[in-house]
Amino acid sequence: MTQYLLSVWHDTDATPEDIYPDPLEREQSYADTGKFNEEIRESGHWVFAGGLHSPNTATVVDGTGDEPVTTDGPYSESKEQIGGFWVVEAADLDEALALAARGSRACRGKVEVRPFHGE
Amino acid sequence: MADSPVEDVYRAEFGKVVASLAGRFGDLDLAEESAQEAFVEAVRRWPTEGVPPNPGGWLTVTARNKALDRLRRESTRQARHEEAEMLTAPEDPGAPVTSVTDERLRLLFTCCHPALAPEAQVALTLRLLGGLTVPEVANAFLVPERTMAQRITRAKRKIAAANIPYRVPRDHELPARLRGVLAVIYLVFTEGHLPGSGGDGIRDDLCAEAIRLGRVLRELMPDEPEVAGLLALMLLSDARRAARLDAGGSLITLDRQDRSLWDRAKIDEGHRLVRECLRRNRPGHYQLLAAVNAVHTDARTAADTDWGQVLALYDQLYAATPTPVVALNRAVALAEVEGPEAALGVVDGLPLEGYHPYHATRADLLRRLGRDAAAAAAYERALDLATNPAERSFLARRRAEVS
Repeated sequence: MTQYLLSVWHDTDATPEDIYPDPLEREQSYADTGKFNEEIRESGHWVFAGGLHSPNTATVVDGTGDEPVTTDGPYSESKEQIGGFWVVEAADLDEALALAARGSRACRGKVEVRPFHGE
Repeated sequence: MADSPVEDVYRAEFGKVVASLAGRFGDLDLAEESAQEAFVEAVRRWPTEGVPPNPGGWLTVTARNKALDRLRRESTRQARHEEAEMLTAPEDPGAPVTSVTDERLRLLFTCCHPALAPEAQVALTLRLLGGLTVPEVANAFLVPERTMAQRITRAKRKIAAANIPYRVPRDHELPARLRGVLAVIYLVFTEGHLPGSGGDGIRDDLCAEAIRLGRVLRELMPDEPEVAGLLALMLLSDARRAARLDAGGSLITLDRQDRSLWDRAKIDEGHRLVRECLRRNRPGHYQLLAAVNAVHTDARTAADTDWGQVLALYDQLYAATPTPVVALNRAVALAEVEGPEAALGVVDGLPLEGYHPYHATRADLLRRLGRDAAAAAAYERALDLATNPAERSFLARRRAEVS
């Protein structure tokens, strides 16, 4: 078994209204995502999951020097940021990819699949 | 390895040895390195000791021992060492093991996993299954050896870290995954048949390697009509190789080729495969393209070509795959059946501005309609985009004819 991070990526500036212009569609996607979460709990793939506030609520802390330095985030300047994620346990990448496809369909976003270090 | 008794065995056996080790140890890196070491040992010993009666078996056993040695040496791999000991424990003759056939098929599907970049899929397939050395793979795709070595290493690392499964996909995944495998093999072939870069008109080595991989796949999946279709398509295209270039290295179009130079053995084999596909009656993309090539290679002279049949096949292809490129190729047949005017009407609407065959086809239709100035402009545009030297030379000559 391998654990995978399934992360959902959005445009940095996108608000929920941008991602789901139709409020009904947004409600439906929340419902679908909730249902998907339930399903992977039942199938034993679930490890952890969460949705994140927008990137402009992030703070960066650098504790590598003598004194911690705190700055307004996010850390990455990139145009896309993580909006939420699942940590799942799967037999292999094919199983993780199949979970990601279902998660992506439910939350209406592209999903990156990345393995955790084992052992 | 040249001029040694190992060379013949190498290409035939390398993929089998890697596949067998990968199946046993679940570690592609270890499989590849150990297979390589076994061949080095063969080069050293066979010239003096003679080739063993079962060279493949000798290589597999030697490679397996090399792998075990390597695992024993590397203390960080202690856990896997124990695992390997466990796996190899029931080594008595007659112990049930997966057949080499299955192992090679698994290896092929792993190398062509869609989670790997297409260029990595091609590189891994040529290296691990085809037995090409890293410099050979680098040379095939005209990238520096270091770049290719990194590409292969990264791909193997991803397979291990992401736990890409080492297995033949399940039934519901198989059609999509098989398409990926076929695409990798066909990509190797087309890069040989009409290289887009590197200054060669045709790359015999890549054509031969793709056909070899096609034969392996055919042997492994004898009941898949698209596998037969791809092999037939490659054979029937490659059969014309000797007639495709003139003395100056310029491409000769199908209608002007000296058909006595075509390879009859390849044509016969290709036709047999196409007939087999027809009997199965489960048509697909590669089978239809193979059938088109069968019609061409069936005609004694260009004038004998059954263009109605070619057009019917392209109609079927377009119904299944309605892409602009298929529409363009269909238009070539349409020009023969209904005339260049009708074909030009179809071609002109196609969104293929950046695709040089589009301009070359348009140019030819315009030339046949006597619209020389427009034809010259289209040849010019095709020349701007085409990179293959044999094709460029042909296009330049045609442009001169209409200018």
